[in-house]
Amino acid sequence: MSNNTVPQHGDWAIETNGLRKVFGDRVAVADLSLTVGYGEVFGFLGPNGAGKTTAVKMLVGLIRPTAGSGLVLGRPLGDHHARRQIGYLPELFRFHDWLTGEELLDLHGQLYGLSRAERRRRIPEVLELVGLAEAARRRVRTYSKGMQQRIGIAQALLGSPRLVILDEPTSALDPLGRRDVRDLIRRLRADGVTVFLNSHLLSEVEAICDRIAIVNRGRVIALGPMSSLLAGELVVEFRLGALPDGTLAALERVIQIDAVQHGERPVLVARATDETAVAQAVDLLVRAGVPVYGVIPERRSLEDLFVQLVNEERSEPQ
Amino acid sequence: MKALVIAQLTFREGLRKKLVLGVVLLSLVFAALYVWGFHLFVQDWRAMEAHRQAQGATTILPYEVFASAMVLLGLWTVNFLAGVMTIFAAVGTIASEIEQGTLHAIVPKPIRRWEIVLGKWLGYAGMLAMYIGVMVAIVTTTAHFIGDYQPPNILQAYGLILLVALMLLSLTMLGSTLFSTVANGVIVFMLYGMAITGGLVEQIGTALDNDVLVRIGVIVSILVPSDSMWRLASYLVQPRIAVNFLGPNPFGTTVPPSSLAVWYSVGYMVVLLLLAMARFQRRDL
Repeated sequence: MSNNTVPQHGDWAIETNGLRKVFGDRVAVADLSLTVGYGEVFGFLGPNGAGKTTAVKMLVGLIRPTAGSGLVLGRPLGDHHARRQIGYLPELFRFHDWLTGEELLDLHGQLYGLSRAERRRRIPEVLELVGLAEAARRRVRTYSKGMQQRIGIAQALLGSPRLVILDEPTSALDPLGRRDVRDLIRRLRADGVTVFLNSHLLSEVEAICDRIAIVNRGRVIALGPMSSLLAGELVVEFRLGALPDGTLAALERVIQIDAVQHGERPVLVARATDETAVAQAVDLLVRAGVPVYGVIPERRSLEDLFVQLVNEERSEPQ
Repeated sequence: MKALVIAQLTFREGLRKKLVLGVVLLSLVFAALYVWGFHLFVQDWRAMEAHRQAQGATTILPYEVFASAMVLLGLWTVNFLAGVMTIFAAVGTIASEIEQGTLHAIVPKPIRRWEIVLGKWLGYAGMLAMYIGVMVAIVTTTAHFIGDYQPPNILQAYGLILLVALMLLSLTMLGSTLFSTVANGVIVFMLYGMAITGGLVEQIGTALDNDVLVRIGVIVSILVPSDSMWRLASYLVQPRIAVNFLGPNPFGTTVPPSSLAVWYSVGYMVVLLLLAMARFQRRDL
């Protein structure tokens, strides 16, 4: 996909400021402010009913925000010219299923304004990309759910977009299909395409996203690079030999000890602010003559972070 | 022009709808009955004429009055079927596609929303122009070959019947941007029924010389001018002698709507379509 020749508009591929959407008396999105950089794979997470799909619909111009503003590819939300460069897979989609896969893509290609020659070149390409080359001449009605999702992804990629917005792209796919989509997103990133991924599947987001936003009750409650959000504090498990008196007290000065399991081989679970503190603790133990059998850092998963943040929100008064 | 992409899609989709297929089958039944009926009518007429001549009586009314009535009946049926088909075909064109989600992948494409509405309108309009053309051709060729009769102003009549269908199309599409499919179907059919009843009331008013009834008819024809355009078509497609003989009746009129009414109807069709575009432009999907 040769998008590198297109000049960038603005600093961000997506930038929203206080986006708000109210349906009647129900606030779907309260105040959404986020930025997505060019070339990033951005994960958009949140519990059910957090307003994710409404937010995505505002980004692609299906819904008008009640308040706030946003820029997509440097142009206002729903801008006609920006749409040429946006590929979008809706969450609940249904296509004109009386068309064959090929005819459907031809229709969407025409809507993108692709010439006949471009369509003839591009349609087999994307069909190949999503693994539907063999089903091209079959009616979409006869496709399985997973195949329909694949043809949905194909129409999103048809116009060689600079920004791809995928709303739950793997919900109907089996594990193999999911891996295909993951590989596809990696390829898009390698081509410099920005990917905005709305997904429930935390492991999937964790595996491919550069930056994420977690939304709850229509607000962003965490936003940043995956690595720094997951970093936070470090939980480490120490497997040790016999502990002389006073060692624990000395350790407490460097790290915070959460739990001690006494015995012949004590186990400590401790929290450290960073890796240096862990190194200091190990140094201290060795100097005190305590055998160190193991230091096991417990990586915080995206799921832990997600559950923690959403629960914190839940316990707070509204 | 991206609207033409949608027009083409709508046209193709229309041809595939089972309902439209049903209307086409019904129309074929109508055509067969019509040809048969016309044939019976001509036979009876000849037998009657032969009988009358044998008795030495003179012909009271010329043949064309009766042949014209046959054509009028045929065209009225075409007009009615076209109206029903218009409403059935377009009743959910926006509403049900929002409900199903087929529009969610179309609207974010680089196509303007009004182009989608216009494209759908053009697609249906093309389908109706073809359908009404074929049906009118069936009626006139039957009259020509079986009845040896050619009605006057048949092209104008075709244009007016098409105008009726296109007005209903604009009305149905506007409703489809405002209401759910079912609600829209109920509303548009009620309006269509009201227009037909209003036309009848006006004819009764004319026959009884009752101004109030005529006025009710006029008001209804301002609200939904479909029936008044049919009356004009019926007036034009009959020879004067037939109009005078029939008088005010359920299928025609002795007082044709003015050219102003035609312009009003064209304006109605355009304005309702523009309203549908404007409404869809702002709608959340």
